[in-house]
Amino acid sequence: MVDSQKDYLTFQDIHKHYGEKIVLNAISAEIAHGKITSLIGPNGAGKSTLLAILSRLLKQDGGKVSFFDKNIGSYKGQDLAKKLAILRQSNHLDLKLTVEDLVSFGRFPYSQGRLSSEDKEAVQNAIRFTELESLADAYLDELSGGQRQRAFISMIIAQDTDYILLDEPLNNLDMKHSVHVMKTLRRLVDELGKTVILVIHEINFAAQYSDFIIALKNGEIVQHDKTNQIIQSNVLRDIFEIDFDIIDRNDKLICNYFNL
Amino acid sequence: MRTSLKLSLLLASLVGIIALFLLFEIDLSQDYMIHKRSIRLASMLVVGVSVGFSSLVFQTLSQNRILTPAIMGYESIFILFQTVIVFIYGDKTFQVITEQNNFFYAVLLMMGFSLLMYLFMFRRSKLGMLYLLLSGIVMGTLFQTFSQFMQILIDPNEFTVIQNFMFVSFSKMNTKLLSIASITLLATLIYASFYIKYLDVIALGRDHAINLGLNYQGLVRRFMLVISLLVSVSTALVGPITFLGILVCNLTYELFPNRKHPAMLTVCCLISCLCLVAGQFLIEHIFQFSTTVSIVINFIGGLYFLYLLWSTRKKIT
Ligand SMILES: Nc1ncnc2c1ncn2[C@@H]1O[C@H](COP(=O)(O)OP(=O)(O)O)[C@@H](O)[C@H]1O
Ligand SMILES: [Mg+2]
Repeated sequence: MVDSQKDYLTFQDIHKHYGEKIVLNAISAEIAHGKITSLIGPNGAGKSTLLAILSRLLKQDGGKVSFFDKNIGSYKGQDLAKKLAILRQSNHLDLKLTVEDLVSFGRFPYSQGRLSSEDKEAVQNAIRFTELESLADAYLDELSGGQRQRAFISMIIAQDTDYILLDEPLNNLDMKHSVHVMKTLRRLVDELGKTVILVIHEINFAAQYSDFIIALKNGEIVQHDKTNQIIQSNVLRDIFEIDFDIIDRNDKLICNYFNL
Repeated sequence: MRTSLKLSLLLASLVGIIALFLLFEIDLSQDYMIHKRSIRLASMLVVGVSVGFSSLVFQTLSQNRILTPAIMGYESIFILFQTVIVFIYGDKTFQVITEQNNFFYAVLLMMGFSLLMYLFMFRRSKLGMLYLLLSGIVMGTLFQTFSQFMQILIDPNEFTVIQNFMFVSFSKMNTKLLSIASITLLATLIYASFYIKYLDVIALGRDHAINLGLNYQGLVRRFMLVISLLVSVSTALVGPITFLGILVCNLTYELFPNRKHPAMLTVCCLISCLCLVAGQFLIEHIFQFSTTVSIVINFIGGLYFLYLLWSTRKKIT
């Protein structure tokens, strides 16, 4: 893309259909390494499908995903689990697990179930990172939806992968925790050099925190550019089919679309 | 720890009930009595472990607390197999085919069936567990209907031969069958032990399991094979025993809520053995053999099942 850096996660000609319905129509892109890329677009555009294909949870009907110059399907599961993590949209579990138990699962690719002291430290760090210390011993089914979502994010952080894929991680989160999660992701990218790809519904979070934005509509990539190039009223109107007023305040772009 | 206390209590009660079963009103001058009792006991333990292990693994794979492997149609294919044999050979069945061979064929058939179902489902589509279960139900019902149809055509005298297979009874135990079944059980458990560490992760569901690096499809296939072997063992030994699995799994979850599979599997097998031995003891000495253990267990298990449905219903609404 724009940077001279090498892009390690790329996809070409990805095609996916369910029966007659084409969900992804031969799309290609490179994901900028060491950046945050947001996937935006209307409901049913194919964002979740794309994320699932990029993380080998779903098989595409055509095209190729390559990760560090290898086909993503040719990786051994355990090796890939140390490099790339995925959290899907809805996370419902009917298990009697504590937050700490869940976060510990993030270490499974390394420990195969026997936590070393290093693993335990990583778990504690992840819990601290997501401010869940006071809930570490609480059972998941006793938490609010937002708290549970944070526990899952904490598990992904404990997994300590270079690539982190998140499908609507802000679901159910209140404003404070949404901001906190986004700041956490920003730190993971800026301080630890990780790459984050996430599906976001609230355009203002995408505008404030992402480096790049990919806009999907009807199974096609309609925009893929630096954030500031996308956060333009005409561009957004084409994607979402509503009016946007872009406010530039202290070099930060804010979108008002609530009542125009 | 409270967990270890509960575990020791469980173990102690199992040992206690086993001693009671072996020694209650024993007449030491008749040593065949204790011999017969030990054979019955051994078969109950084999069945108990098979049912406990297979049901718990099955519930973990299907992420469901009210299913047992019976839903996959294993038991109905067993009954169908026996019905077909009796249909062909009539009352000469066991002159033509030995009970050991019968066991082997039944085991092979059930394994072949589960493999076939699995291949069929996962080759044709990537629909996963839910569709595997649904097709299991459909196939099971189909086999059941076939069996019933043939049973109508069979001579009533020959029908009693089939009936013998359909109801659990530990009194008809056969020593040779028992040793084959024990070896099958042991070999299956050794095979399964390599994969037990993955069960905690599998319980999180397909997506999390793949994210954490598991070869999910491969593991499901292996565990389905284990389940079909264990179900074959218990079904061929004593017949269908549907509700025991639901009962013991849920007792396990209730007694040991912290879900770690190695511990849960142990507990589940212990509880399962305890239920069978206690049930059989009651039948032999309180009910004087006037009923069978499957009726008692299905009655208690069925009530518990209704309670489970009721309590989850309340949780959802
Ligand atoms: N398993 C499925 N079977 C049939 N259609 C599906 C399936 N999963 C997704 N779809 C369809 O694919 C389209 C894209 O879905 P999705 O990727 O979840 O959209 P988004 O995440 O952008 O809202 C939708 O129209 C949806 O109905
Ligand atoms: Mg989605």
